[in-house]
Amino acid sequence: MSNILEIKNLSVSYGGIEAIKGISFDVEEGKIVTLIGSNGAGKSSTLRSIAGIVKAKHGEVLFEGKNILGMSPDQIVKHGVTLVPEGRHVFPNLTVLENLKIGAYLRKDNIADDLEYVYSLFPRLKERSWQLAGTLSGGEQQMLAVGRALMARPKLVMMDEPSLGLAPIVVQGIFDIIRQINKEGITVLLIEQNANMALKVADSAFVMQTGEITLSGTGAELLANEEVKEAYLGKKK
Amino acid sequence: MNLTIDHILAGISAGGQYALIAIGYTMVYGILRLINFAHGDVFMASGLIIVYLTTAMPLQYAIPVVIIATVFIGFLIERAAYKPLRSAPRMSVMISAIGVSYLIQNLALYITGGLPQTYPAIPWISDSVELFGAVTKRVTVVTPVLTLVLVVALVVLIRYTKIGMAMRAVSKDFETSQLMGIKINKVISTTFIIGSFLAAIGSLLYFSSYQSVTPTSGAMPGLKAFVAAVFGGIGSIPGAVVGAFVIGICENIIKSSTEFSIFSDAFTFALLIIVLCVRPTGIFGEKTTDKV
Ligand SMILES: Nc1ncnc2c1ncn2[C@@H]1O[C@H](COP(=O)(O)OP(=O)(O)OP(=O)(O)O)[C@@H](O)[C@H]1O
Ligand SMILES: [Mg+2]
Repeated sequence: MSNILEIKNLSVSYGGIEAIKGISFDVEEGKIVTLIGSNGAGKSSTLRSIAGIVKAKHGEVLFEGKNILGMSPDQIVKHGVTLVPEGRHVFPNLTVLENLKIGAYLRKDNIADDLEYVYSLFPRLKERSWQLAGTLSGGEQQMLAVGRALMARPKLVMMDEPSLGLAPIVVQGIFDIIRQINKEGITVLLIEQNANMALKVADSAFVMQTGEITLSGTGAELLANEEVKEAYLGKKK
Repeated sequence: MNLTIDHILAGISAGGQYALIAIGYTMVYGILRLINFAHGDVFMASGLIIVYLTTAMPLQYAIPVVIIATVFIGFLIERAAYKPLRSAPRMSVMISAIGVSYLIQNLALYITGGLPQTYPAIPWISDSVELFGAVTKRVTVVTPVLTLVLVVALVVLIRYTKIGMAMRAVSKDFETSQLMGIKINKVISTTFIIGSFLAAIGSLLYFSSYQSVTPTSGAMPGLKAFVAAVFGGIGSIPGAVVGAFVIGICENIIKSSTEFSIFSDAFTFALLIIVLCVRPTGIFGEKTTDKV
């Protein structure tokens, strides 16, 4: 299979401080790829620059062979890349239904089927479609954030720590959904602190450390890697 | 006290005029957390433009032209003075707004030479009518009705249309809105366009009742509309409308009293101080919004 996303020598700096130091990695189409690393490693910055929210210093981001770096966020969404931001960021003053509709903001076609699809993934959201998103529980907000990112009919969904602050059972549910949407053909680029779960679902994985990619391999390989075990899985050598 | 139906009608009418201006303040604040100090001056400029337009064209053309011109001025101010400062500290944008306000006033001073300009009489709305035994200009009756129609239309736009939904989203979170594919600059421009459009209508109604325009004509109604917006809870459209009618009516009731009439303006500002002390978020304001 081909690479849907190719990151080449991407650098991002904030006011002179280099947060990402020329990283390169590929995301194969139809796969789940995960990026793990400790706090401040530059994982969110990577996703945010792919989404066009943060300007990169240099490098290339090839999506389906086309450089999308430097495009505006709306053009990137139009190409089929969406981001579930860290900390959910649902619109608290919009209803659940409106949050989903706004996920399809750029689409001109009928979104009724997509709504049904998201509701079938998250029946809880259907029950609460008229509730203001700000009043949802953390887990429900995360479901909404994921559902909202699917409403644009993306080819690639990037998720920034979807398990953040959620109970284990809810985390399991989110990971089940990640597997399910991936089976249905959506490529997933996942950032996680929960390295154990992320590596289990991932086809391939990269470890980031202070703005650089230090390790890569299949999910299973990294799961067995001694360094990874010690640093991210909390296991002693 | 010699409170008559005249004063009440005048109060409701003034309330409608303040409301049309106040919405511009409150919407811009809602989306940019910026008090657009230039808004009152845009309102004044709208009044001046029609004075000059009517020397060149009949009123039925001048009215639509002045509305378009005012909208364009509002749009241009945002693009030239606020947009470049999008990621600058809020204080910088506020100073830019004060600068634009002085710029417009001084341009007006330069153009008019400081002489009050006679506002054209708009037929029909400037005619006298009798209502509840009081004789008044028709504009007094038209103002609150037109205001309410426009407010309802605006509320429907914000609640039920796609651009309205985008405005609500952008007012909460620029970055996530961008992730949805919303062009935030387009949404912000739309906000200024709506605000300026309503100010243009407000200007037509206001100056039709006051008959002359000077470079500082925008200051007082602008300030009162701003107080109305704060009173109602800045950022809230219904709040701004309610605040505007409260201020318009109270002011005119005070004017009706021989002893206190000179305090009618002082009342508005006393109200501002009281609201800021007792309930800084206003009657409809959200608890969490931070103030400039
Ligand atoms: N807007 C910003 N301005 C300045 N520095 C920033 C900004 N965003 C991120 N950084 C810095 O860039 C570095 C990488 O941050 P980033 O958010 O990408 O890390 P992360 O890997 O996602 O961490 P976490 O797991 O804690 O979310 C950090 O040192 C951070 O302080
Ligand atoms: Mg992060």
